[in-house]
Amino acid sequence: MGNQRSPIKVGNAVTIAFLLLITLFYLMPLYVMVVNGLKDAQSVSLSTMWNLPSSLSLGGFAEAWERLSPNMRNSFTMVIPATILSSLVGAINGYLFAKWKFPGSDILFTVMLFGFFIPYQAILLPMVQFLQYIGVYGTVWGLILVHVVYGLPVTTLIFRNFFAQVPKEMFEAARVDGANIFTTFTHIMLPLSIPSFVVVGIFQFTNIWNEFLFAVTVVPNPQSQPITVALNNLSGSFSVDWNVVMAGAVVAALPTIVVYIFLGRYFVEGLMAGSIKG
Amino acid sequence: MLAENNPTVHQVSPKQKTSWFKESWISPLALLPSMAAIIIFIYVFIGFSFWVSISNWRTLKQDLTLRDPLLATYGDLIRTPRFQADLRNTLVFTIIFITLAIIVGLGLAILLEKKIVGKGFFRNIILFPYALSFIVTGVAWRWIFNPETGINLFFDLFGINSILTQAGMEPLKPKWTTNPDVWFQINGILEQIFPAAGNIFVKLGIPAALIPVAIAATWQLSGFVMAMYIGGLGTVSQEVREAARIDGATEWQVYRKVVIPMLRPITISVFVILLHVSLKIFDLIFAMSGVGPGFATDVPAIFVFEIMFKATRYNLGSAAAIVMLILVAIIIVPYLISTLRED
Repeated sequence: MGNQRSPIKVGNAVTIAFLLLITLFYLMPLYVMVVNGLKDAQSVSLSTMWNLPSSLSLGGFAEAWERLSPNMRNSFTMVIPATILSSLVGAINGYLFAKWKFPGSDILFTVMLFGFFIPYQAILLPMVQFLQYIGVYGTVWGLILVHVVYGLPVTTLIFRNFFAQVPKEMFEAARVDGANIFTTFTHIMLPLSIPSFVVVGIFQFTNIWNEFLFAVTVVPNPQSQPITVALNNLSGSFSVDWNVVMAGAVVAALPTIVVYIFLGRYFVEGLMAGSIKG
Repeated sequence: MLAENNPTVHQVSPKQKTSWFKESWISPLALLPSMAAIIIFIYVFIGFSFWVSISNWRTLKQDLTLRDPLLATYGDLIRTPRFQADLRNTLVFTIIFITLAIIVGLGLAILLEKKIVGKGFFRNIILFPYALSFIVTGVAWRWIFNPETGINLFFDLFGINSILTQAGMEPLKPKWTTNPDVWFQINGILEQIFPAAGNIFVKLGIPAALIPVAIAATWQLSGFVMAMYIGGLGTVSQEVREAARIDGATEWQVYRKVVIPMLRPITISVFVILLHVSLKIFDLIFAMSGVGPGFATDVPAIFVFEIMFKATRYNLGSAAAIVMLILVAIIIVPYLISTLRED
């Protein structure tokens, strides 16, 4: 064993050095955003993109915040109810599809799941017309509605996978004790599924926060647009300094970065649950 | 199942029996609102989009009368040079992106499955881009691949360009996303085999500008691929690998002959998910390079968006959207059916 130890250690050192290089590559865009966001309008220039700021300036962040904070509020107003609603309805659907199967229920589930994969371009025009018809086009309500409906396939999938793992015995025992379809859900299944709610909640929060296509088609008024659209407008505007754009990108990413840092474990679980087949 | 072992449970009172009967109806009834929403927002809307694609609606004024011949708009679409470029770009982008993402993701998973100092740290950093919006990352990558800055500064900083100029060569300054070149054109060969290829108005080959976009997409999604493979590697037991090693397999052979074949189900899932991301890709390219020089980085998703909401040619945009849907469905429907059967 003693002889084997040293080559393994050398191998490890090489691997770690290689992984550190990889890390630099993965952090490169974040480095560009933060470092240039912290430069002032005079010192930010294309030829010194990789240089650290000679003096820290919060001017870029201040201006980005001033321009983007209304849109950030819009994003929060949209993402919180949409996340809660799509998770709740997904939990109910997942419970029924997993534990209350009926003839054809698996087919119905597949019919629903297909909605997760479609390119939304194929429904965009009738969706906009429908939202206009019911009077929520151009509002945050319209966005909440579409995010809840188009979120259902994936939230249902994750909860269905979760409830399918709950042992049959537990379910049967509750039935024997006289619990009905509702009380089994509220007394047994719901308390068990709290970790799943965290997973689904984070998954939906991140997806809806980062979403762009619905945001840009449902809400034409810049004042009411979510932050992804506002950032894209900021980046395409020639009257805005480059440090402001970079600071704006950091600001727009901040909520998902915070979620990732503090709840990363659940984030990983969510993306596995949302991708491994049902 | 439990009831069979427990005779007392069989003595269900008549009252409970009727409630059982009623309860079996609750599940479909409770699913009804969600199913209705899905049927309307997905299937009815797709049907309407298809109707628009065969209609005369080509201006702001809605006109749902049908075109004659019915599929004429699809003919227009296929003859549109920009859409031809989009299909080419989707194919090229998909091949480069999926190959890179799977190789990088699998490689990192193998490295980070071993006992290594800071394993969790590395995993977290590599997966981190997946939590970010494509718009955010697109904005950053747009500048990294700007010919005047970003990557190109490295060629100066590391002295590569001074060496090149001293040797009498041009300094290295790739145009990245602004490069209109199309490499390895095959139009000529194709026309000799299929005369119909003369109707292809775009250069068939690899648009150079797509490569930086594929790198950015790989950067963003390889962490996801890695996480999937790390999950899968956990299911390949150490005993199996040890057995292969005892049989004299080298470490490379253990992975190539034993581990990677056992990861097949994960590879299929990863492939299907990356493929549908790639066919639908929109935000990243929209923020990073736009349609590019000569539509070198345009994709069907951007085409639909612009033709519908900027050019207001609703039937043409809808036809392109239906083509996108069909491309995705060809992949997804067999996948969904096979998973349904496995259940």
